Amino acid sequence: MELEEAKEKIVEALTKKAKSKSKFYFNDLSKILDLKPRAAKKLITRLIETEVLEYWSSGSTTMYGLKGMGKQAAAEHED
Amino acid sequence: MAKHATPLLDQLESGPWPSFVSDMKQEAEARAKNENNVEYQIPQDACEDLLGVLELSFKDGTTHWKHGGIVGVFGYGGGVIGRYCDQPENFPGVAHFHTMRVSQPAGKFYTTKYLKEICDLWERRGSGLTNMHGSTGDIIFLGTTTPQLEEIFYELTHNLNQDLGGSGSNLRTPSDCIGQARCEYACFDTQDLCHNLTNEYQDELHRPAFPYKFKFKFDGCPNCCVASIARSDLSFIGTWKDDIRIDQDAVAGYVSGEFKPNAGAHAGRDWGPFDIQKEVIDLCPTGCMKYEDGKLLINNKECTRCMHCINVMPRALRPGLERGCSMLAGAKAPILDGAQMGSLLVPFIEVNKDNDYQEIKDVIEKIWDWWMEEGKNRERLGELMKRQGFQKLLEVTEIKPVPQHVQEPRSNPYIFWKEDEVEGGWDRDINEFRKHHQR
Repeated sequence: MELEEAKEKIVEALTKKAKSKSKFYFNDLSKILDLKPRAAKKLITRLIETEVLEYWSSGSTTMYGLKGMGKQAAAEHED
Repeated sequence: MAKHATPLLDQLESGPWPSFVSDMKQEAEARAKNENNVEYQIPQDACEDLLGVLELSFKDGTTHWKHGGIVGVFGYGGGVIGRYCDQPENFPGVAHFHTMRVSQPAGKFYTTKYLKEICDLWERRGSGLTNMHGSTGDIIFLGTTTPQLEEIFYELTHNLNQDLGGSGSNLRTPSDCIGQARCEYACFDTQDLCHNLTNEYQDELHRPAFPYKFKFKFDGCPNCCVASIARSDLSFIGTWKDDIRIDQDAVAGYVSGEFKPNAGAHAGRDWGPFDIQKEVIDLCPTGCMKYEDGKLLINNKECTRCMHCINVMPRALRPGLERGCSMLAGAKAPILDGAQMGSLLVPFIEVNKDNDYQEIKDVIEKIWDWWMEEGKNRERLGELMKRQGFQKLLEVTEIKPVPQHVQEPRSNPYIFWKEDEVEGGWDRDINEFRKHHQR
């Protein structure tokens, strides 16, 4: 899968759910891309580098969100 | 005069042990005086406000920290843990108080120059408070503001040749014992393996794509000084295949009182003369030793590498020479389902520098492939092993079941035959069977 296609799929899926959810697990993203984790990771890392996505970390768990979406400093399970 | 009155914290200083409260007060005072003319990049009174917010938490019986956030350095998903105070107006010095994890050197060997430099950096760009070391092994920098993160990262990487450690759903900073650098028990070079795997798995350390945290720890011998068996998802413990080396003259030296047992440890009281029967032979968990006619005999086939006899008589007994490590999988702390110790996965594997530890890396990567595909969100390897079974782990790692994998034969046999492994499968000729067995 090309980066552009991955970007389109991720942005569309995450925007659709934006009202109820702004942070997603890695597994959610690889399911959206319909790829095995290692293949998905390469594309998702590129999306972080190009600032489409950003990491959110609780310290123990990391999640992903569209850059600038959702609460900035939300605590775990608070959303 | 302290900025906030802290009567409850002051009480913590009255106990017999050194208190972290005293350390924080000391740092608060040093920052207020600023004798070295440090150009503080975060509020000078951060430590004062930290004491204040902690006092308030004791008073209220609740935390005033919010936890987590998008803070980090560009491209890294770990190494920075967002911390915000929920009383920013009362305690502006700690409104942002993020933690940074700094990857510790293998075996935690430092030069004083290095320690001074990282402390100076943290004094200037952070609170000055550190945690040496966090339970994960890293150097923990406690408390800085968001704009300082990239600055600190730049200075660490460019001036100090130092990387951030792991946090979040990452490979956490691998951690090891001091190993062959100072310990004669170490059965493999823990520092080299730790350093090699840290470099090999940089992507896993900095770009989180695991279901949850994952820890490697390396112990050079079964004394397990970094407690890898209890604290890491994948634990490497040095071991040997051949016989414990015995110096019978030295054994006699211990028996006669010439050498102090335990290398002179526990010398705070008089334990009486050394009794080899009571202190060594009778304490062997498998009963594989005897002392007869002034000779120590060990049935090495029964030895479980508990290390007790070697620890008590280090001059007389030494690990064997055919050395490598055991790999155990699935240890974790008790967030879900209680704590788990590691389960033995690979009884013995060579720790081979010459081929860049390829055999070990093959096992690691097969485990990760399985866990990344099958693991649920926030599920540790040990929980997946419980859910899908140890046998599944053996399948994915292509390791043949051996007796060491079964804890108690017959009472808890979790390795089962499959139909295609049994000659003739499950089908049988029922008429032939009935000739010999009534209904």
